[in-house]
Amino acid sequence: MTTEIDPITLAVLAGRMEQIADEMDATLFRAAFNPIIAEAHDASHGLYHAVSGDTLVQGKSGLPIFVGVMSFAVKAVIDKAAKNGDLEDGDIYIFNDAHIGGTHLSDMRLVRPYFHDGKLFCYLASVGHWHDVGGAVPGNYNPAATDAFQEAFVLPPVRLVKGGETQTDIIEILMRNTRLPQSAQGDLNGQLGALDLGVRRMDELLAEYGADTVRAALDALQDRAEALMRAELSDLPDGRWEATDYLDNDGITDTPLAIKVALEISGDTMTLDFDGTAPRCAGPVNIALPTAVATAYVAIKHIFPSLPANAGVMRPINVKIPDGSLLCAPFPAPVGGYTETILRMIDVIFTAAAGAAPDRVVANAYGTINALSISGKRDNGQPWVMFSFYGGGHGGSAESDGLNHGNAPISTATIPPMEILEAAYPVMFKQWALRPDSAGAGMHRGGMGATYEIEVLEGNGAKAFLFGERGRYAPHGVAGGGDAALNVFSYEQDDGWHHPPMASKMVGIRLEQGQSVRLDTPGGGGYGAPSDRAPEAVARDVAAGFLSPDKADTDYGPAWQEVTQ
Amino acid sequence: MSSRMIGVDVGGTFTDIFVLDEATGKAQVAKVPTTRPDQSGGFLGAIGARVDDLSTVSVVVHGTTAGTNALLERKGAKIGVITTAGLRDVLEMRRRDRPRTWGLRGEFTPVVDRAHRLEVPERTLADGTIRTPVDLDAVRDAARQLIADDCRAVAILFANSYANAENEVKAVAAVREIWPNAHVSSSSEILPEIREFERFSTTALNAYLQPEVSGYLNRLETALKDGGFGGEFMIVQSNGGVMDVDTAAKLPVRTALSGPAAGVIAAGYIAQAAGFPDVITGDMGGTSFDVSLIAKGESMLSPQTSIDFGMVVRSPMIEITTIGAGGGSIAWVDRGGLLNIGPESAGSTPGPVAYGQGNTRPTVTDANVVLGRIDPDNPIGGKLARLDVEAAKAAILEHVGKPLNLDALAAAEAILRVANSRMAGALRLVSIERGFDPKRFAFMPFGGGGALHSGAMLADVGLARAIVPRYPGVTSAMGCVIADMRQDFVQTVNAMLDGIDAQAIGAQMQRHVDDGLAMLDAARTTFEARETTFTFDMAYLGQTHTVSVPVNVDVTDGQVSAPTQDQIGEAFDGAYRATYGRLLANGTRRVINLRSAVTGKRPRFDLATLAPAGGSVEAAFKGTRQVYFDSAWHETKLYDRLALPVGAEIAGPAILEQPDTTVLIEPDLVGRIDAFGNTLIERATP
Repeated sequence: MTTEIDPITLAVLAGRMEQIADEMDATLFRAAFNPIIAEAHDASHGLYHAVSGDTLVQGKSGLPIFVGVMSFAVKAVIDKAAKNGDLEDGDIYIFNDAHIGGTHLSDMRLVRPYFHDGKLFCYLASVGHWHDVGGAVPGNYNPAATDAFQEAFVLPPVRLVKGGETQTDIIEILMRNTRLPQSAQGDLNGQLGALDLGVRRMDELLAEYGADTVRAALDALQDRAEALMRAELSDLPDGRWEATDYLDNDGITDTPLAIKVALEISGDTMTLDFDGTAPRCAGPVNIALPTAVATAYVAIKHIFPSLPANAGVMRPINVKIPDGSLLCAPFPAPVGGYTETILRMIDVIFTAAAGAAPDRVVANAYGTINALSISGKRDNGQPWVMFSFYGGGHGGSAESDGLNHGNAPISTATIPPMEILEAAYPVMFKQWALRPDSAGAGMHRGGMGATYEIEVLEGNGAKAFLFGERGRYAPHGVAGGGDAALNVFSYEQDDGWHHPPMASKMVGIRLEQGQSVRLDTPGGGGYGAPSDRAPEAVARDVAAGFLSPDKADTDYGPAWQEVTQ
Repeated sequence: MSSRMIGVDVGGTFTDIFVLDEATGKAQVAKVPTTRPDQSGGFLGAIGARVDDLSTVSVVVHGTTAGTNALLERKGAKIGVITTAGLRDVLEMRRRDRPRTWGLRGEFTPVVDRAHRLEVPERTLADGTIRTPVDLDAVRDAARQLIADDCRAVAILFANSYANAENEVKAVAAVREIWPNAHVSSSSEILPEIREFERFSTTALNAYLQPEVSGYLNRLETALKDGGFGGEFMIVQSNGGVMDVDTAAKLPVRTALSGPAAGVIAAGYIAQAAGFPDVITGDMGGTSFDVSLIAKGESMLSPQTSIDFGMVVRSPMIEITTIGAGGGSIAWVDRGGLLNIGPESAGSTPGPVAYGQGNTRPTVTDANVVLGRIDPDNPIGGKLARLDVEAAKAAILEHVGKPLNLDALAAAEAILRVANSRMAGALRLVSIERGFDPKRFAFMPFGGGGALHSGAMLADVGLARAIVPRYPGVTSAMGCVIADMRQDFVQTVNAMLDGIDAQAIGAQMQRHVDDGLAMLDAARTTFEARETTFTFDMAYLGQTHTVSVPVNVDVTDGQVSAPTQDQIGEAFDGAYRATYGRLLANGTRRVINLRSAVTGKRPRFDLATLAPAGGSVEAAFKGTRQVYFDSAWHETKLYDRLALPVGAEIAGPAILEQPDTTVLIEPDLVGRIDAFGNTLIERATP
């Protein structure tokens, strides 16, 4: 028996509930100590279904990947509480286990059942990237990890708050397992504050509209999201399109790892079958099943940006992840490099979808997070670690060339200013520039990748660590567009410049004072046949120095030479 | 004797003027269409509509969108950049962001062509050490190339120049030697603050605006002088303060939010005078609803804004949050059957369906028209003779009614409910983000359309009251007359607090105060008081997020008494504890930036002089109209708002009309005219 809901109340409630999640986001961003949450917004909040854990509503400001992954965290709590049979009003569960909740161990998830009139109504959840959660490497990005224990401490879902009583023992365990307890305590307080606010706002909403109406609205919103998705899929032709791409290696063994998808559209449904994807590997480019399913959602929402952030969208979509593949690695497989794997999943989904919906799909973006860390000791013995992710180009689209130097499709984080890095660490950027000839050719070319060249200024020298990808397999164009340039990492030694044997990954290369490392990141893939690009646009790129005359001739033919500026 | 002050706000559609006679306290307002592309026609026309003799005017203050429009429409000058080797793409690379979270589409082209971004050998390190002295021959060659390419301004953008400006200073001098051009500037002159993209972007956008905006302001000043004006001509900045016209011509980037900032200043002043220092303003325009929060009479300032994707301006500005729910926002039903408002907008051209100018998709204004809330026979602004109610109704039925199975009236109510809910959401979010409970705030609508929606804000957000100012349509023009003169300064310090050179900090403060006071002295305006405030951006070592730390520093007769290390430390601890609840044990405290503000307080006028004199409710009564509320038509009384006397109480449903605004008092609400002529809308007490 469901309550009928009028369309006006529904539209109003849709906005109100989305705002509750937005206000939870805002509460944590304001309170968090740690800049990964406060500035890069690596966090998310939402409302989840009382029985299935499905995402009902999620905030707009959080990280894209969390939109799909949080329902798994909630489901894990639902299962655990069901097994123990002891769910209480006022409970708050906490955990970071990535094999249950997706993504990686840095993401601390808090899940709180929301009761109304003594009955479970829904769940509220908060996830945030903590600065440090133990493990072998500060900041938890360990390219050489071969199991989860080398990445961080692992916390399964446990009750941090039990019927309203905070279990201070749990907080003590947490704080003893991080290198930055003040930061962790600040983030934890912020997440608890966000959940408190969510409860207050839900109380107000239910008092105003009644539980039946709100529940009916939540159900209707799922149904409508499903209808929207089905309508979009119905517009696309039926058929099956395949795409395969590769990870360079897992950082342990230098063997390429295939990521393969078959995208099938039949009427108003879609299947994404990853059969043919490489098996579980030793290094940290494995991912857990929840991450894989959530990634499919991220790719689909990039193709259909106006879809709402709720689980109804995924009802007409069947995501098949083959057993034994690196897309559903069991505990304790290392998953710290999950970003690289899911970026490649998004790339193959885009490439395959271009067969069905060429107008809607953007060519592949640069496709690697390029986590570069340079560390050393100052003259006074103080250790320093400069850790950052670096950008590249976005793919061309039916509308325009790709964006130069963008952030990864799974993230919205910005890069720190060069001057902030130079002020904090003994380095100097000799180049912070766009990289000529890095974009894939096309009617609309890809965006330009970047060149960052970094010199070590400190007398004691330094060590460099890189976790990247796309060193051997370039980002693809779509609809006839060309591929972008490869990711190239170089480092200087006494005898000149070198490249790492694993192309895009390396651990602890020693650099002396005055020596540099250089990242030449990929651009984006091109969109449409290069022969359809206006010669004026080619000539403009040559004049700007984005395109060398030779490459212009090779990719586009000589017509651009006739253009008078 | 010259005793009149004039505020002129040039908006996208209308140019508003507010004339205050300082001797009598009498105010006049007028509204004329904005002229395009040269706004000076409308500007002078508006003044001419109210003032015959410009020699009777002491001050003209201008809120302008000339700079904003030039940025949005990319109509600035052709400019060049001379920058550090290896860094010519900083402006184009931004901070590695993207235009929208979802979709991955869109590109960005900076205002300076890559071919006009020239690199020269030079390098300063983060500690101010010069690693490579600037190659002045290369600088001259670059300048010659930019001259040959017809560039009209040049920005010199060097790495770490906030720490040591020497290379930039030398480069500027070398360029000026061979290129006599008023528009040569360096990043350390415009914004000596760490963060190269933000500093370079602000400096480059400033150079991009200089030729156009200084030309525009010169034309205005000349025309005013030719008309006999001998007073002070000033421009409103984004920070809500005013600056003299010469400073504005040099720093046009500081006018990015000039008009809206003036509106918020006026709103804060009116609300405080009316006894409500906590207020959220809502300016409803054609395409957007702009919200700003004022707590205890103080506007919130944000450190920077993006005029458009990738076009970052860093200078303190009044914080204004915009959502896409304006009068022209289009209502539509998506394929999942959900009613949406915006973000697409019909703007003011072609405008709502009822305007009959070609748009056929229903807007928020159309819903107000169909429900009888707007008088179709007297459209605001006077551009149109009458509004087409039937066309609006048909569009609403077609695009919203039919898909949702509602009749046209129910569909129109649905549009308003969803639009109101979005607007209420914006009010809640701006307060939550600042850590305030929205319920303690009053709502102040200004602009033409906001006062139709104030009842909904009371209901949806739980606010106690709305305050509709007497002249909501000219709030920004009035703000021009109210705003203080203010200059903001910044200098990156980047030093540990332990062992900080307090004398050097004091000397830096003194330089800011000297520059600020010199600017006040040069102005021909009288000030009631002069104020200086100092704030440090500080953090613990290892933290990138800074805390804003106000420090009390004594300034007597223009002389700064430098703060001690302990004073700065105590101020930091207090501000940090207030933000995070607790201090970091054994944390190393750092001073990142010094921010100084020098303010000249201009004389306030008594708002009571705007209040109605005499009048009666009976005389103001204009008749009745059928207005649709809660699924039924109600006979609704209409009043001439400006003719209502102080103390009048009007029970809803009622509509108060004035030439540029319609105030809606819904059933169960009551409107009261206060001693200043504002209308306070509150719940009727049963």
